Amino acid sequence: MDKLVQIKNITKYFDVKRSFIKLKRSSVVRAVDDVSFAIHKNETLGLVGESGCGKSTLGRVILRLQEPTSGTLFYEDTNLNLLKPEELRRFRTKMQIVFQDSYSSLNPRHKIGEIIAEPMTIHTEMTYRQIRERIYELLNLVGLKPGHANRFPHEFSGGQRQRINIARTLALSPNFIVCDEPISALDVSIQAQVVNLLQDLQDKLGITYLFIAHDLSMVQHISNRIAVMYLGKIMELTSSDRLFDKPLHPYTQSLISAIPIPDPKKERMRKTVVLEGEVPSPVNPPAGCVFHTRCPVSDELCSREKPEYREIEPEHYVACHYAGVRKVTEIC
Amino acid sequence: MKPILAVEKLNTRFETFAGSVYAVNDINFELFPGEILAVVGESGSGKSVTMLSLLGLLPGSSSRVSGRAQFSTAGIDVDLLSLSKSELNRYRGNHISLIFQDALRSLNPVTTVGEQISESLITHLGYNKKKARRHALELLELVGISQPDKRYSSYPHMFSGGMRQRAMIAIAISCKPEILIADEPTTALDVTIQSQILELARRLQRELGMAVIWITHDLGVVAGLADRVLVMYGGTAVEIAPVDELYENPRHPYTEGLLGAIPSIANKGIKRLVSIDGSPPDLFQAPRHCQFVWRCPYAFEPCWQNIPQNYEINKGHYSKCFYDLQNNRPRTEV
Repeated sequence: MDKLVQIKNITKYFDVKRSFIKLKRSSVVRAVDDVSFAIHKNETLGLVGESGCGKSTLGRVILRLQEPTSGTLFYEDTNLNLLKPEELRRFRTKMQIVFQDSYSSLNPRHKIGEIIAEPMTIHTEMTYRQIRERIYELLNLVGLKPGHANRFPHEFSGGQRQRINIARTLALSPNFIVCDEPISALDVSIQAQVVNLLQDLQDKLGITYLFIAHDLSMVQHISNRIAVMYLGKIMELTSSDRLFDKPLHPYTQSLISAIPIPDPKKERMRKTVVLEGEVPSPVNPPAGCVFHTRCPVSDELCSREKPEYREIEPEHYVACHYAGVRKVTEIC
Repeated sequence: MKPILAVEKLNTRFETFAGSVYAVNDINFELFPGEILAVVGESGSGKSVTMLSLLGLLPGSSSRVSGRAQFSTAGIDVDLLSLSKSELNRYRGNHISLIFQDALRSLNPVTTVGEQISESLITHLGYNKKKARRHALELLELVGISQPDKRYSSYPHMFSGGMRQRAMIAIAISCKPEILIADEPTTALDVTIQSQILELARRLQRELGMAVIWITHDLGVVAGLADRVLVMYGGTAVEIAPVDELYENPRHPYTEGLLGAIPSIANKGIKRLVSIDGSPPDLFQAPRHCQFVWRCPYAFEPCWQNIPQNYEINKGHYSKCFYDLQNNRPRTEV
């Protein structure tokens, strides 16, 4: 399959100043640490992880909304790192993002029509009339009415605002969209509406998604492949079906086991693995495997040596010394 | 068995400049000792307001609450809604306690976590400071916070989200309440932390034998936790049933829609989620008909004319709907 976006050894470090007066040395948050993967054309790659694992940062780095500390970004054959600001701006028409907070990402003083028109006035030479036609077309596409163009963001519900965000994102017909937790803030019944909309748009327009979320069950539903992230590193990456049928990394196994099943009988029958403790601070991540402090099957080797991120089976990447050898469920 | 809490015809209105908001409409339910009742609904469906009304925690100036809420346990038999503020204070916090969704905002940022746990022991049980401290340390241990000695004197901002929620739980259970009301305590947490808190809630409920009202919007969480489920929509209780029955045999179109809307790892391969079209109702209108009618795929004439009564479907299973979902036709009574 053709690769649309490819990232190689991407890292993103943030400097943290410890105090106002520089008494201590400043330290570094390793938000994204040596991540490589490719996103194929017309697929949805799900990116899951707990809060603070660096998934949103990675999403922004891929679009160069934040500059990576090191590593290379490719969009088809273009090396995004080398683009000058002006060239990058033109590139933005191909890559867009939908944010989690649908309210703060819409200007409260602008009407919906103005909000959706803005990318077109900046990037294209379309006439006023063409833009108006396009706005109506986009509103229809996301399931809103042309009359909504004259309203303000506060007049809409959360689900509708997310539709407006999607409409704006689509204004320039991008090929690649980063969806940064687009449904986390929505109610269950509305989540389903937005996910269905995203899937319909993909079928109609052939868009490629990077779908960031912390809810594995929703990601499973929408994605072709899933990458599991923990403390800035990819732990496991494979097809959505494989990940759930045969998860190889202990972290993935415990994540899957932590998802509540909406069926009381099945839920009572199964054994859940409750991960002890919390995610360590990314300022000084554990030595060796970053997950070893919470891993139910870790041993001395894990605390000493970093596991290699390797292709253990075709199209199935894992970073664990005991991938496929040790399972968390057998311990319990 | 006699219910520990019996709520009858609870109505809550808010008076605003734009008119009355009909936030809770004719809610009836019973809570039995030692059971976990889950209250499920979308945001704005009135689940939190119901609980706040019961405890008199709504702003008195703009809200009007009517109905009865009989709280009866050993030696106590009172209607919570008829009590004055100072009388209520005898029950709130020690007999009935509450955990909120946002633990950081519900803890006092300028007092240590330990002191906040001690505070309720001193106020309600009349402990002295030393005894309260000793007991607070035990509570911290009970809710699974390591090194209680050290954590006693930490401030809330030094805790992570999961630990704050544990501290909130420690405060809530400090006086061994008969009823614990948990208002979406896991919504803001990650899945792995959520499963830790759920595990803790189950253990504490078994050990202390409290009755728990667990408010959530996530039907997945409910499945493994609750004994009975109350589904709310637009300020009304549309369905109440034992947990197994509700999932196997939902009898209200809204419940059916909710269950269809959750993707589950157990039923992979479904290409399209069932979504409930439209958006939640406008609560500025006094309900004159079923609140779900705008979004309901089964709606027919009577649904627009009357508020459906509570039909008993099975023992303990009630649904407010004119449509007989099982036989796929309108109810014969209508």
